[in-house]
Amino acid sequence: MCGIIGFMSRKKRMIKGDKIALALDSLKERGNGKGSGYVGYGIYPTKYKDCYAFHILIDNTPKFEKIKVEVENVLEQYGTIVKDEEIPTEDGIIEKTQIPWRYFYEVDEKYADREEDVVVDIVMEINDKVDGAFVISSGKDLGVFKAVGWPNEVAEFYRIDKYEGYMWLAHARYPTNTKAWWGGAHPFNLLNWSVVHNGEITSYGTNKRFVEMFGYKCRLLTDTEVVAYILDLLMRKHKIPVEYALSALAPRFWDEIDKMPEEERELHTAIRLAYGGAMLNGPFAIAVGTPHGLIFMNGDIEKDTTMFGLTDRIKLRPLIAAEKDDMIFISSEESAIRRICPDLDRVWMPDAGMPVIARPWK
Amino acid sequence: MIPSYVPPKYKVEVDPNKCMLCERCTIECSWGVHRREGDRIISYSNRCGACHRCVAMCPRDAITIKENAVSWRSHPLWDIDARADIYNQAKTGCILLSGMANAKDHPIYFDKIVLDACQVTNPSIDPLREPMELRTYIGKKPKQLEFEFVEEEIDGKKIKKAKLKTKIAPNLKLDTPIMIAHMSYGALSLNAHLSFAKAVKECGTFMGTGEGGLPKALYPYADHIITQVASGRFGVNEEYLMKGAAIEIKIGQGAKPGIGGHLPGEKVTAEISATRMIPEGSDAISPAPHHDIYSIEDLAQLVRSLKEATRWKKPVFVKIAAVHNAPAIAVGIATSDADAVVIDGYKGGTGAAPKVFRDHVGIPIEMAIAAVDQRLREEGLRNEISIIASGGIRCAADVFKAIALGADAVYIGTAAMVALGCRVCGRCYTGLCAWGIATQRPELVKRLDPEVGARRVANLIKAWTHEIKELLGAAGINSIESLRGNRDRLRGVGLNEKELEVLGIKLAGE
Ligand code: SF4
Ligand code: SF4
Repeated sequence: MCGIIGFMSRKKRMIKGDKIALALDSLKERGNGKGSGYVGYGIYPTKYKDCYAFHILIDNTPKFEKIKVEVENVLEQYGTIVKDEEIPTEDGIIEKTQIPWRYFYEVDEKYADREEDVVVDIVMEINDKVDGAFVISSGKDLGVFKAVGWPNEVAEFYRIDKYEGYMWLAHARYPTNTKAWWGGAHPFNLLNWSVVHNGEITSYGTNKRFVEMFGYKCRLLTDTEVVAYILDLLMRKHKIPVEYALSALAPRFWDEIDKMPEEERELHTAIRLAYGGAMLNGPFAIAVGTPHGLIFMNGDIEKDTTMFGLTDRIKLRPLIAAEKDDMIFISSEESAIRRICPDLDRVWMPDAGMPVIARPWK
Repeated sequence: MIPSYVPPKYKVEVDPNKCMLCERCTIECSWGVHRREGDRIISYSNRCGACHRCVAMCPRDAITIKENAVSWRSHPLWDIDARADIYNQAKTGCILLSGMANAKDHPIYFDKIVLDACQVTNPSIDPLREPMELRTYIGKKPKQLEFEFVEEEIDGKKIKKAKLKTKIAPNLKLDTPIMIAHMSYGALSLNAHLSFAKAVKECGTFMGTGEGGLPKALYPYADHIITQVASGRFGVNEEYLMKGAAIEIKIGQGAKPGIGGHLPGEKVTAEISATRMIPEGSDAISPAPHHDIYSIEDLAQLVRSLKEATRWKKPVFVKIAAVHNAPAIAVGIATSDADAVVIDGYKGGTGAAPKVFRDHVGIPIEMAIAAVDQRLREEGLRNEISIIASGGIRCAADVFKAIALGADAVYIGTAAMVALGCRVCGRCYTGLCAWGIATQRPELVKRLDPEVGARRVANLIKAWTHEIKELLGAAGINSIESLRGNRDRLRGVGLNEKELEVLGIKLAGE
């Protein structure tokens, strides 16, 4: 089960969060009230635009203050907390087992050449070492909001309608593998990668041990977390062009590779040989958001927004894409898209294992 | 002569009511158990090793072989084996030789590991209807891929295209992750080797030459053969190195870590002498160490010289016996330009080993794979080198578990011999194998028809391959890459916490 919905304005128009909440509500049936979440890109456009926005869940226990100090100790090692505050929430809607806190943060000058690696290290250190605190988003000008609850409850709790973003992704969860808890809800985020996923990753053991080799630590007890790390590794660290990186996640079958012209065959063989550990197996449909830092096929470093969707190679989970003017949508179900945009220009079902990549208009 | 005090292990009986005195058993038994005396077949039970050749060949089903029920005073410490070994050594004053695998009752960890399967939320995949990919590449992999961007004109428009910059080193392409282990020509007959060679070619996989060189008859199959360089360097020359698909340096063997090998002179026939490049009738002794390797640097040099000799076109593997510091050695091997590390567990078979080694030296392959894979990952090297596991792989489930623990592929030795008819009687070192497998006697060798042998071995590999596909499908996985090191799909039953920790798996129910 699980439902995913995401949309992006290729003109980078700002769209209020109530739209995504409404769309996700249509996918309520695909969840069971045990986890819902949203990520908005472009939600902090004013003075904190260039700061890393850390959204951190801290256990709502008498130890809260102590844990928070530990979190801040980690942050202060590498840079400056420009501002911090509790993320505004509405009381009495869901049981607040965690307190969501946000830090707008600048990495110290001396780490300028490896700023993003430092942010990854911070996330890993907090998730791994600070008992009772988990970083749920760490990008710039974006934020993840997630909790245990139904889609509308979580939207109301976080006042999603008060935010505006040019790209939104959301998820209604039906946990089948691990217990329901706030950190296990989707989206999963690292830097600017945010992943929502419907399915189960049967290769999790392999994927986890693969990314661990590169210093990532899977601590959120849900298989989707590893997807965010694989994307960060392949696209940011190894600078693999997006189409090929996605092909590492859902590679072409050997039968297809064998029939390719030589150059292409070598390339796809190399991807499978070098990144076999990154291949995702099992039923999955994922949608991923990222605002910059990709190297695309044309070789230019894109500094703009991208959203993509991808299914497993035999398409055991649904994924539908649609367009209307500047808007592109990806969802588990057409009904969720039509709920917010009844009149669509084009609706299509991407082929198994074939990515849909949406980029902004220049 | 000092008499043997050991009673026969087996009792051979010929039912005179069934026997038609065809004398076939007297010919079939290469150990001389049966003899015709008048109108009866007399059997010398003390010569029998339960190889079953006579039983299988008797047209009247007249022969039964049982464990000899002679009572020994039972004793928990002084079991029959312990006493029999002492009687034998008191008689001969020699090291006890034995064949095949460790015969001690040590735990078989494969049997204490169970597999996970899909139900409902993660659908299982039907391998009859969906693709199931077992293709495996053995060899060096790059740490990461690099691309370069070149401008190309397509339909009059200039487009920047991403091109792969990284060159992939030569790898062996396996259609199934099952290869046939190194067993030397000399230890095994030519017909056994021919059976293997035809089978691996048919199945899209590889076999090892062992340390006996490559007989000319195998040349047509050389692109499916991995040549071995052991301490004796038998048959090693440029032609030999260039012929095979890959080269394996043998440092150690699971059945006898820390010692070399010995092929008695009587087995060194004209053909073997030519292949091994040693005089006919002389003992072929491979020393315990390679006399040019006394450190990891020396090993690295040999790896590089073999690569130089083959123009960097052949992957080079290094085989070690599973011992407690295998992980550290594997790291050394991974940084030595080698393409794969082969780990051979202590339940691996052998033609001949001192019994004391076979039964007491080495560690289980399951533990060794898990520890080596883990250590290579900690060092960030796992992706760059392949792991091949061998030593006691008995069925498709063992292959599956070995890969989930961290291997890329496995070698099977005894299993492939059993497919040829071997009864694991453990007397290969006598050179009298009645099945024509571990012998050089022409009259015995010809009992094994290479065509039939190849069919049986290919059938076995194909059957296991089908089973692996079914197991993968049940685990909701459609490609072997996603099984490799996927310990999440394994659970331990009846293992203690420390064992689970070394294997890196959870307890069933967790
Ligand atoms: S092979 Fe069977 S039938 Fe023939 S002599 Fe031996 S026991 Fe009798
Ligand atoms: S190869 Fe022959 S001698 Fe060796 S164990 Fe098998 S049957 Fe016995």
